[in-house]
Amino acid sequence: MPADALELIRRPGHELAAGLRSGEFSSVELIDAHLAAAERDNHGLHAWLTIESASARAEAAVADSRLANARREGAAGLTALPPLLGLPVALKDLVSVAGGQCTAGSRILAGYTAPYDAHITERLRATGAVILGKTNMDEFAMGSSTEHSAYGPTSNPWDLDRVPGGSSGGTAAAVAAFHAPFGIGTDTGGSIRQPAALCGIVGLKPTYGRVSRYGIVAFASSLDQIGPFARDSRDAAALLHSVAGRDERDSTSAPVPVPEALLALATSDDAAAGALRGKRLGLPREYFVAGMELGVEGRVREAVSALQAAGAIVEEVSLPHTEYGLATYYIVAPAEASANLARYDGIRYGAGRRDGDTLANELATRGEGFGAEVKRRIMLGTYALSAGYYDAYYLKAQKVRTLIKADFDRLWAQGFDALVAPTSPTVAFRFGARLADPVSMYLSDACTLPANMAGLPGISIPCGLSDGLPVGLQLIGAPWSEAELLGLARGYEGITASASWRSLEPTQLALAGDRGQPTPAERAASAATLAGAA
Amino acid sequence: MTAPAIPAASASERYEAVIGIEVHCQLRTASKMFCSCSTAYDGAAPNSHTCPVCLGLPGALPTINRVAVEGVLATGIAIGATTPVATRWDRKNYFYPDLPKGYQISQYDLPLAAHGRLAIDTSSGSFVVGIQRAHLEEDTAKLIHGTDSAGRKISLIDFNRSGAPLMEIVTEPSIRTAEQARRYAEELQLLLRTIGVSDADMERGQMRVEANVSLRPRGTEPFGTRVEVKNMNSFRSVERAIAFEIERQAVALDAGEILTQDTRGWDDTRGVTYVMRSKEDSHDYRYFPEPDLPPLRVAPAWIEAVRAALPELPAARRSRYTDELGLSAYDAGVIVAEPDLVVAFEAIRTAGPELPAKAITNFVIGDYGRALKESSERTPEGLVGRANAAELADLLRRVGNAELSRTNAREVLAEHLSGGGTVGKIVEAKGFRQISDRGALGSAVDAVLAANPAAIADHRAGKPSLGFLVGQVMKATRGQANAELVGTLLQERLDGPAAVAEAVADPDGVAHPDRTDRQ
Repeated sequence: MPADALELIRRPGHELAAGLRSGEFSSVELIDAHLAAAERDNHGLHAWLTIESASARAEAAVADSRLANARREGAAGLTALPPLLGLPVALKDLVSVAGGQCTAGSRILAGYTAPYDAHITERLRATGAVILGKTNMDEFAMGSSTEHSAYGPTSNPWDLDRVPGGSSGGTAAAVAAFHAPFGIGTDTGGSIRQPAALCGIVGLKPTYGRVSRYGIVAFASSLDQIGPFARDSRDAAALLHSVAGRDERDSTSAPVPVPEALLALATSDDAAAGALRGKRLGLPREYFVAGMELGVEGRVREAVSALQAAGAIVEEVSLPHTEYGLATYYIVAPAEASANLARYDGIRYGAGRRDGDTLANELATRGEGFGAEVKRRIMLGTYALSAGYYDAYYLKAQKVRTLIKADFDRLWAQGFDALVAPTSPTVAFRFGARLADPVSMYLSDACTLPANMAGLPGISIPCGLSDGLPVGLQLIGAPWSEAELLGLARGYEGITASASWRSLEPTQLALAGDRGQPTPAERAASAATLAGAA
Repeated sequence: MTAPAIPAASASERYEAVIGIEVHCQLRTASKMFCSCSTAYDGAAPNSHTCPVCLGLPGALPTINRVAVEGVLATGIAIGATTPVATRWDRKNYFYPDLPKGYQISQYDLPLAAHGRLAIDTSSGSFVVGIQRAHLEEDTAKLIHGTDSAGRKISLIDFNRSGAPLMEIVTEPSIRTAEQARRYAEELQLLLRTIGVSDADMERGQMRVEANVSLRPRGTEPFGTRVEVKNMNSFRSVERAIAFEIERQAVALDAGEILTQDTRGWDDTRGVTYVMRSKEDSHDYRYFPEPDLPPLRVAPAWIEAVRAALPELPAARRSRYTDELGLSAYDAGVIVAEPDLVVAFEAIRTAGPELPAKAITNFVIGDYGRALKESSERTPEGLVGRANAAELADLLRRVGNAELSRTNAREVLAEHLSGGGTVGKIVEAKGFRQISDRGALGSAVDAVLAANPAAIADHRAGKPSLGFLVGQVMKATRGQANAELVGTLLQERLDGPAAVAEAVADPDGVAHPDRTDRQ
């Protein structure tokens, strides 16, 4: 790859947009540079399940002609262009793209071709974004490491023997590895924020109802939200702006206007930092949990100090029902999933057995098509909804969910602008470290899933490194406060613009393209062998 | 399997039947319950009316059909039910190849309508059926079982029906006889058709009736073991199946058998029920609130708007016809039971307010009713053929004024219905203007009497020959004679004026010639 291509893909999306408009490079050149990086690194990262070079180049060519037409019309024509025109975006492989695969990381959807575009796919097309391909994920978004993909794990570009987090680990790794400035993930209990933290990028889970779920393979309907990954807050905001808004086809998408402020985040670091002054931030003591790594806590507390130094008012607060979050989440989410995944019977689409009678075919299809974690959650959910258990589990969990939401509401009523917390209690862990003990995996999301339970927006932004691995800072806001959260995130970027860790790149990225190096599946297998020997 | 012997003494003397009816009916909407696919799939190619939503594709989400909701609201109002301020949707989970999502979106504990009732008439008096609830759900796909070219058994699935709106109406266990059950189903069908929410055709599967039947010894409270009966495809089979099931259970109980909580099908040809499923196969549906649909708030103003748009309901219409218009309960029942008859009755009354209601009734039930059965053609107003209400009123007026004989009126009607011409022109063209002039008819009567001395002799001898003589006069006048006047003139000449006065006083003599033609 030419040196200028390597430099090009490291630029944020808003700079690339400017370059396209000025004619510094074409969308085809830009897309080619990103495709080359993705294709080179996929050996060692396995971030992508499919890279759609041909359609991406075709879409880029269309973008170039739109750019050329606009350029002839002068400044007005260029201003009228949609912000993401000609820029590459990575999609988690649960977003429907007409004519393309949509596996949700599961064997049961192998061979399924989506016949329609998801709402966000339509929005991305309308805004001119170029879809590079589909990224790896934990099967049906169930997991925190991307190790539960039926198509093999994804490596973290900071350490190829470690996980990128999950379930949107493929998108997080791809954006962190400069394969695309923009990525789409989904977050049901932390599946955007946790991999963003573990890969050292920005990931935003919007307010429930902000982005239409139409065309997104469902995990838990009342918790799932679609959101952006990017390497800075301005890009995350621009991507959110392009996909958010009411969609008639999703009855849970809200008729709340998408704030134009998302496209007007401060460009100068000083202005961004200045906006922090007087902001009232809560520090929930329950989020500094036992088992949190010292390095993570250290980076988060340093970030809090930096925010205070910039004029933010930080107060310790309490969210007393936090301790019940994990237990209730693991009733509500599996219950909904047990119904949402009932449609995968192998009859109409996807991999299915045809050699027995109807019942035998269905049992074989589901027995062979679903992985162990998915089966575990289907069983959990089915149990929780069964006659005689519903009141004790599902109904009780919904009541606790109301209390968790009330904890947050109390703080918003007291005038807090946002809450500051760690995103993940640990940095990226090694392959296999949590596979044997599901609860240890579930604990990865202890700090993120309360926002899902309460339907709140949350963002994870990089706040430094611990043992050479990224740490994420989480900001949680009141409903519909995404623009304010991104403003705070932008402020933090402003005050840490010259921090030394900001100039560091994923340390093992250079190894990813080396065909002599093991693949993530091989690394995971040898980790399993070592664990077995120990 | 053979039918159990039915003992001579009726089971009803020993046991009381406890019957509840569940009716599923397809609502008349343009699109499906949760997607915008058309419901006009009758006769369409399989799977031609489908989309990601009703195929249950990954990522598809439901949206609520407002018209379907209004269908249930209208039904709820019509049965005097209550509607909660907020209702919601629930998932009913079970696997079956005709259920693409693996769950059916239905309503569990907050139905759109609850606590209603429907009054019915039976041979042993009127009865009020308590209705527990009416709720909305989605229909399943259709399974077609067959064999492929290699002779292997295969099942095909047509998803055209998948997601069509279904209303389920469940009664309290307040029905006690098979006849009440049939009458309830008939009256419910009439109600649904009247308010326009469903075509409710049982044979086309638009209305499916299931019955829960149990027996208990007379005078006891606890319910017996309940059996669910399905596959009843007509009102008659509803009555027969339930009657059979009551006898079957009675015989079994008398023999000391323990009944099992089965689902049984009705075999109409053999006239028996048979076991389809036993209780061990019963499902735990794991109902829980549908997270893809927010709770639906039903504002009072919405209910009021639906109420305001409701037509007159069958019960109210029957009362009006009997109490205000003086129709017999029987006639009122016949007209109200058939929406086409109601349309004609009301239209003719509007076009001819001065016409006696009884005359319109006789016409609508008689000649017009026959025409309805013979032709499926309807005007935009809902009249048969090319009928026009003002012309029908004109026809009745002419008959009433004795300008047109009843016989010729039938011919005029037929011509009007097929050609749409005015009654006046048809009467003129056919020369049907009735002769009601005593002088003109007198000479025709005299001529017939002169030509038929034998008939006169018969009459004098007490043999009935008056009808023959009237017929001869009608023939001689090419049907234009006023038959009633001809009869009077003949009697005057044969028996003297006093006899005529007696005959006219008999109300059932010739006053309602159509009444006996009805069936």
